[in-house]
Amino acid sequence: MAEKTDYVKKDKPLLKVDNLKVSFFTPAGEVKAVNGISYELHENEIMGIVGESGSGKSVEAYTIMGLLAGSGKVCGGSIEFEGKDLLHLSRKEMSDLQGNEMSIIFQNPMTCLNPVYTIGNQLVEVVRRHDKSISKKEATQRAIDILTEVGINNAEKRIKQYPHELSGGMRQRVMIAMGLICNPKLLIADEPTTALDVTTQEQILQLMKKLQKIHHTAIIFITHNLGVVAEICDSVSVMYAGHIVEQGKIEDIFYHMKHPYTEGLIASMPRIDIVNHERLNPIEGSPVDLLNPPKGCCFAPRCGKCMRICQEQEPPYVKVGENNHISACWLHVLEMKKEAEKNG
Amino acid sequence: MFKYILKRVAASAVTLLLVAAITFLAMNAIPGNPFLDENTTVEQMEIANAKYGLDQPLLVQMKNYLLNYLHGDMGESLKMQRGTPVKDIIFGQGKFELSIQLGVLALFLTVLMGIPLGCIAAYNRGKAVDNFLNVFSTVGIAAPNFVVATLLLTLLSVKLGILPAVSGSFNDPKAIIMPAIALSLYYVCYVAKLTRTSMLDAINQDYIRTARAKGLRTGSLIFKHALRNALIPVVTYLGPLTAGLLCGGFVVETTFGVPGLGRYFVSSIIDRDYPIIMATTIVLSTLIIGMNLIVDIVYKIVDPRISLSGTNN
Repeated sequence: MAEKTDYVKKDKPLLKVDNLKVSFFTPAGEVKAVNGISYELHENEIMGIVGESGSGKSVEAYTIMGLLAGSGKVCGGSIEFEGKDLLHLSRKEMSDLQGNEMSIIFQNPMTCLNPVYTIGNQLVEVVRRHDKSISKKEATQRAIDILTEVGINNAEKRIKQYPHELSGGMRQRVMIAMGLICNPKLLIADEPTTALDVTTQEQILQLMKKLQKIHHTAIIFITHNLGVVAEICDSVSVMYAGHIVEQGKIEDIFYHMKHPYTEGLIASMPRIDIVNHERLNPIEGSPVDLLNPPKGCCFAPRCGKCMRICQEQEPPYVKVGENNHISACWLHVLEMKKEAEKNG
Repeated sequence: MFKYILKRVAASAVTLLLVAAITFLAMNAIPGNPFLDENTTVEQMEIANAKYGLDQPLLVQMKNYLLNYLHGDMGESLKMQRGTPVKDIIFGQGKFELSIQLGVLALFLTVLMGIPLGCIAAYNRGKAVDNFLNVFSTVGIAAPNFVVATLLLTLLSVKLGILPAVSGSFNDPKAIIMPAIALSLYYVCYVAKLTRTSMLDAINQDYIRTARAKGLRTGSLIFKHALRNALIPVVTYLGPLTAGLLCGGFVVETTFGVPGLGRYFVSSIIDRDYPIIMATTIVLSTLIIGMNLIVDIVYKIVDPRISLSGTNN
């Protein structure tokens, strides 16, 4: 307990990811899906991770959750959760955390619930796995309570139903209930609204916001939808080809973005406030082939402001604003130099 | 549910009738006669034919057979146990019981070994355990059961002397072990392969990832979450297999000297003992049809998404 107060006092981050590298070893070669990302997440904070498909968002989330499977391997860096080094926990220690201290909501609620067990069974299972002293009856009551909390009416009846008897939005609510039933400190939401239609999306987002306020859970919200990020997150990390290219508070990213990729992303968003219907501005080119990543900056081949150095060396992170707003681009380095020269 | 079963039973009666008719015609298409041997004269044969009604036109004979079956009369053996009612041969002399005992044990071995082995192989895909099980099950499937039986006899009875070589009527409980292994080895291996394939598919599903994310133990992942989803093909195979196993195996019963029912399936055809051919075929068909009905009901229990009547209600 002493340790816990200590931890609060020092305001240590809940989750600290440091220079994490994850690769998949395929017959064609090493795919560096996550290539040295770092961030800190504090209690009660919602952080968004945005990026295109294949930018490493989900891989990063699975690595934190200890769900990396198949040919995926962590090649470097560390993940600290409440001071525990997640990458060096035993399987048993890790599984004690999974679903309990930290949990995850997946993208596709249609396939993520086991079709042959009732909702109740799958909810009770989590509770009883992490606390054997809870009776089946108590666990069932808890399942009913949490289902009601996520906005499912008639929960007593619902827990006896099978997943195929529920709609997609309902199933995602069940997944959220499953994620929250043990009161985790960290919830990772891996594109939780992507598979849902827009109205259901909105409901689920509102629900998550509401629940976050009640439970004070820290959330990592992974999405490729900037609108969703703007609505729900406190801070954002923009990922491209396994790197975080820009990181900062929500206002900084949306109104004072510095990195050319972030600019491109924001510019490519459809906007409702533009009257004369202009064409959308896509980012030219296609995502990087992670089997053969470019030598310097990973975004260089698609960047309109690409310089020679961009093709030769990886850019360092530069502090570009208040509140830890950082961005990795040679332009910032250049600007800093100019500034320095001006000042003498 | 009840209505469904009733419907199926009615449909089964038609199936059974067709099976009986086809069997009857097929067995009469084989040349030969139950009374044909070196010592019988043509006159004697004709007298015997007349006595058992074999001189009548085929269709009349068939009609008589089917009508008799409806009255529960399976006829008399013409050759193997001349004059004994077929019903007694099949149900009354303890043969069926022996075959059922052997079959049930073999079925237990198949289910209790085959399914877990398949799960273990699937979970350890590509590792040494999986490779070993793969070789083992391929050999088990490829080896004919008379070879397996002979090897078992040589090893366990002749060399080590642990188990009796002649099993007889299983008066010694140890006597059933070898026949059961010899009878089930093929099926154990086949079910293991079937389970492995089906499990590999299930293990890669999203809901298994969800189950892992809940921190569930490996045992729970495999046997609770994956296995039940992987069970349908296995159940499908086990249904007719159970029927077959209960009726005994010709080779195994002959090799171990078990006086079961299995031998009668083959011998009755060689002997042209028409009533026994009919009886054994119909008993087996009834069992298979019954097992298939049970399989369909088990589907519903294993996977709640399956609806029995074909419509969602």
